[in-house]
Amino acid sequence: MTTQPPILTVNQVTKTFPGVVALDKVSFDIRRGEVHALVGENGAGKSTLMKVLAGLYKADAGEIIYKGQPVNITSPLDARHQGILLIHQELSLSPELSVAENIFLGAWPTNRIGILRKSRLNKDAQAALTALGADFGPNVRLGSLSIAKQQMVEIARANAFEANVVIFDEPTASLTDTEKDLLFATIRDLRDRGVGIVYISHKMDEIFELTDRITVLRDGQVQGTVQTADTDLGQITQMMIGRELEKFFHRAKSTLGAEVLRVENLANARHFRDVSLSVRQGEVLGLYGLVGAGRSELVETIFGVRSMDAGEIFWHGQPTGRLTPRKATDLGIALVPENRKEQGLVLGQGGRANISLPHPGMFSRATIMSISAELRVFENYKNRLDIKTTGPEQVLSDLSGGNQQKFVLAKWLCAEPKLIILDEPTRGIDIGSKSAIHELIAGLAENGLAVIVISSEMPEVLGVSHRILAMSDGRMVGEFSGDEMTEKNLIEAVSHRTPAAPILA
Amino acid sequence: MTTVKTTGQSRVTDSAITWLFRNHIWLFLCLAVMIFSITSPYFLTVNNISNVLTQGAFIGILAVGMTMVMIDGEIDLSVGATLALSTALAIGLQEQIGVWPAVLAGLLSGAALGFLNGTITAYSGIHSFIVTLGALIGIRGLVFIYTGEDALMVQDFSYTEYAEIYLGPVSITALTFFALALFFQWVLSSTRHGRETFAIGDNIEAAHDAGINIKRHKIINFTICGTMAAVAGILLSMRLGTAEPNAGKVWELWTIIAVVLGGTRLTGGFGSMWKTIGGVMTLAVLRNGLRLLNTPNYVELMVMGTVLILALLLDRFLANRTEAR
Repeated sequence: MTTQPPILTVNQVTKTFPGVVALDKVSFDIRRGEVHALVGENGAGKSTLMKVLAGLYKADAGEIIYKGQPVNITSPLDARHQGILLIHQELSLSPELSVAENIFLGAWPTNRIGILRKSRLNKDAQAALTALGADFGPNVRLGSLSIAKQQMVEIARANAFEANVVIFDEPTASLTDTEKDLLFATIRDLRDRGVGIVYISHKMDEIFELTDRITVLRDGQVQGTVQTADTDLGQITQMMIGRELEKFFHRAKSTLGAEVLRVENLANARHFRDVSLSVRQGEVLGLYGLVGAGRSELVETIFGVRSMDAGEIFWHGQPTGRLTPRKATDLGIALVPENRKEQGLVLGQGGRANISLPHPGMFSRATIMSISAELRVFENYKNRLDIKTTGPEQVLSDLSGGNQQKFVLAKWLCAEPKLIILDEPTRGIDIGSKSAIHELIAGLAENGLAVIVISSEMPEVLGVSHRILAMSDGRMVGEFSGDEMTEKNLIEAVSHRTPAAPILA
Repeated sequence: MTTVKTTGQSRVTDSAITWLFRNHIWLFLCLAVMIFSITSPYFLTVNNISNVLTQGAFIGILAVGMTMVMIDGEIDLSVGATLALSTALAIGLQEQIGVWPAVLAGLLSGAALGFLNGTITAYSGIHSFIVTLGALIGIRGLVFIYTGEDALMVQDFSYTEYAEIYLGPVSITALTFFALALFFQWVLSSTRHGRETFAIGDNIEAAHDAGINIKRHKIINFTICGTMAAVAGILLSMRLGTAEPNAGKVWELWTIIAVVLGGTRLTGGFGSMWKTIGGVMTLAVLRNGLRLLNTPNYVELMVMGTVLILALLLDRFLANRTEAR
């Protein structure tokens, strides 16, 4: 491969959000006819960088040089006009419009008085589709196509607008293997026609299969750019981790008791299969995996929210049969969901009403709620969890994310569960509250609770857990305890590679 | 040979079935027509059908404008009040400025109010439900100020003869409705404005990112909606010869019901004038048929409410079915 001059160069770009430096003097470049991978852990700054390129964010400092000229990208539309196209994880298409209309959205051919020239539109769209080898026509309603085919429509749009740079953000997240092969063929085709491609993915095997160069980001800084052919998974992983380990020392010093929950060969047809795990009194079990690995679905299936298609659940050694949320709660399982706003809290109400919400029976006699009982429990948890609130009626939307999260915990703890499952307990809350939550988790385990923590943040899962299960693509891919709990092992486990098998690229 | 022929045939039947699924209101309409034809000897007569068409046409013309606004994902609650204002102006101004200038003034008032609704909605970001709710109250107040709480009477009764123009059994009112519905169906399906209206209602972010001028399209559609209300108002003034300050009260609700009954979605991005014609005619047939059967007024309301819910349940069921596939 001949070395082309860069079509797009990012030079010393910095972007800060209140309290965080998302991008710290980031520099990298994209050449014509290459696939350039951008890798890094969650929060490393990949998405921010892409949003700067696509005109969604404005950089605080630094410059973007495109086709040899410094440019100012003001909006996604502007980026598209300049020939830079971002293909999101969530597609930005209109399902009720036709394929052709979607490809040329915003630039439909019309005659002088605004009447659409449909034959011209369809012809141009057909040409773009044929170039991609699509097996559907321009007249089809977009919503009737599969996700993979909708993605092809987005790529056809990139072709139609003669994009010079196409950015793919986790494009394979919802694709099957065959669909993935089709996508890769399309990407290679774009590359061969001289388009510069940025490919963001968590899946290392895809990166080694597809890309020419790899740039690694960590904590908003570029760790380096390497030729894919000259590197291996070990080096990339090393670059991704690098940080001083163990900022968190909140692992519970508890003595492990009897087994509380055991799950054998559990499966849910759509999300995961053949999953076994167990957790003991006083133990914190970490469940690590990337978004979409099936972790949330797994615990939701245990809790009875999703259907259980195979397997068995044992509670203190006794088979439970199929659980429902009600039965699970009665046994003593509490599930604290990932999305506080949608699933966990009523933000327009105060702390008192939120704590009692799932347990009306505990606080009422003959369906009439006892406010004094609610207040007692509120005061108890406010003190125990050190929640900063002005009073029982202060609406939760006025509180910080950390304090909201403490109310979520209070709500479930007041039922005195034996097992508490926390799904991404510190997502979107500040550092101070994070360590308070970690301390709390340790405290719970020391009091004899069994705890399962789901997290995408590696330091968190390494810091709080006694034992870690790694999940990828709906399967258990590793179990680590003691000294085996390292970032390297976890990354390699979820990247579909065993440490022993080096990558030959 | 035979197999090829059968697949060809079944493809035609398939697409006919798909069309019916997406325009299920026409099934309802056929069913209603059949039931009333059997139960009442007066229903299926030329005279009565002509009546149904004319009666339905007023709500129908309002519904044409409402459909445009709804596909954009907005709503206009002020159409009834706008209709009353244009009726009042068309009759009240005749003495001062003559018949046709007065009619024109009525039309312009509707267009201007629609433009105002659209501009406020597009630029303020306040939901059109609130903006046009305000407009509904304000415009109705304006009508009362102008008419002084009494009905205005037309001075020259030859004005009311325009309402008596018929093409066969079809009145000018019904003709206007069908002509407008067909015209705006063509606008929706064949012009850039029409298709971009769908794009906005379907996925406003994608439309914005593609550089579609969302504000302009919304303002145009609200202006169309206001103008349609004025057209209905003018036709009503010709038919009645009077302008009542309470004219068109709660018609905005019947209009929304007709459009939604047709299958156009309140959330935007999906709908057509075919559906709206179906919804309007179903509503008109139900009203007429129930009256022919001497159904008490409150029972009529109950039946219509039930039909609305049933039609929406069917719509949801069919939508789920297609999504599951």
